[in-house]
Amino acid sequence: MNRAFLFIPLVGFIAMGILFWIGLGQEDKTSLPSPLIGKPFPTFILNTVESGESTNHLPQEPVLVNVWATWCPTCKAEHAFLNELAKEGVKIVGINYKDDDFKARQWLQAYGNPYLFNIADPDGKLGLELGVYGAPETFLVDSKGIIRAKHIGDLNPAVWDKLQPQFEAMQ
Amino acid sequence: MKQIFLFLCLLLPLSALATVDGYKYPFDDPDDAARFEQLAQDLRCPKCQNQNLADSNAPVAVDLRDKVYELMQEGQSDEEIVGYLVDRYGDFVRYNPPFRAETFLLWFGPALVFVFGLLLLVLIRRGQKQPAAPLSAEEQARLQALKNKAKSS
Repeated sequence: MNRAFLFIPLVGFIAMGILFWIGLGQEDKTSLPSPLIGKPFPTFILNTVESGESTNHLPQEPVLVNVWATWCPTCKAEHAFLNELAKEGVKIVGINYKDDDFKARQWLQAYGNPYLFNIADPDGKLGLELGVYGAPETFLVDSKGIIRAKHIGDLNPAVWDKLQPQFEAMQ
Repeated sequence: MKQIFLFLCLLLPLSALATVDGYKYPFDDPDDAARFEQLAQDLRCPKCQNQNLADSNAPVAVDLRDKVYELMQEGQSDEEIVGYLVDRYGDFVRYNPPFRAETFLLWFGPALVFVFGLLLLVLIRRGQKQPAAPLSAEEQARLQALKNKAKSS
């Protein structure tokens, strides 16, 4: 009867094995949950990349806020998809993160401009407020300026399939 | 003696590594410098997940070090500074996780596993110590037969 106890370590071992399998096998270990979800978009006063004029607010409608830079290879990878989204009528605001306005304008001319406008964040100050640690990052912001979701890494059709229902619900 | 001295020499560069960019972050008060050092050790770089702010040279780690320095110059306390970063980057930036309901397993998991193992050990030992059941009449007879056989050979 007591022999059954001998199997407990084995059961424990298997349980831990499964736990580690799930924990370590997670698809995306590098994307951390953001504490900003449900909080208002941080305040800022920065210039736009396009005209250099000062801006301090997002449009009062649901938008994607996409953090990008010309030095970021993944940003280039996702750019074509952003262009597609913009064509479908998705409103996207860019944050040009720790970058140079001139280079950014060249990039937009060369690869197309899916953004309503781009906020220049040369020192990464707004990026820090947003908890940005690896461009590209994309935020879903509703018409009241509340951050609803955050995606770290490139935006692609598979990711958009997951985000789109939430974005539509915000309309 | 000479060997010990050489070994200590080997350790010297380590102490140099332990200070974060002292020229970039000057403090008038050595206590503040120590505080800064401690904060940079206890805060984790969100990009390079297995390094603290002191060790990492990732751009975001540099930014966060600058921010910690800036907030210290504003006279904020350690709690306020850590809170500022947690508000933006989440609990992940702390190498010293807070004690909360969802971190219960993290804090007490090892102790629980230890107690569980101890309990198991006691149960198994107890099982082994139980006196053997007395032999049945049949077994007694067989034992006697074996003994006789041993004697006669």
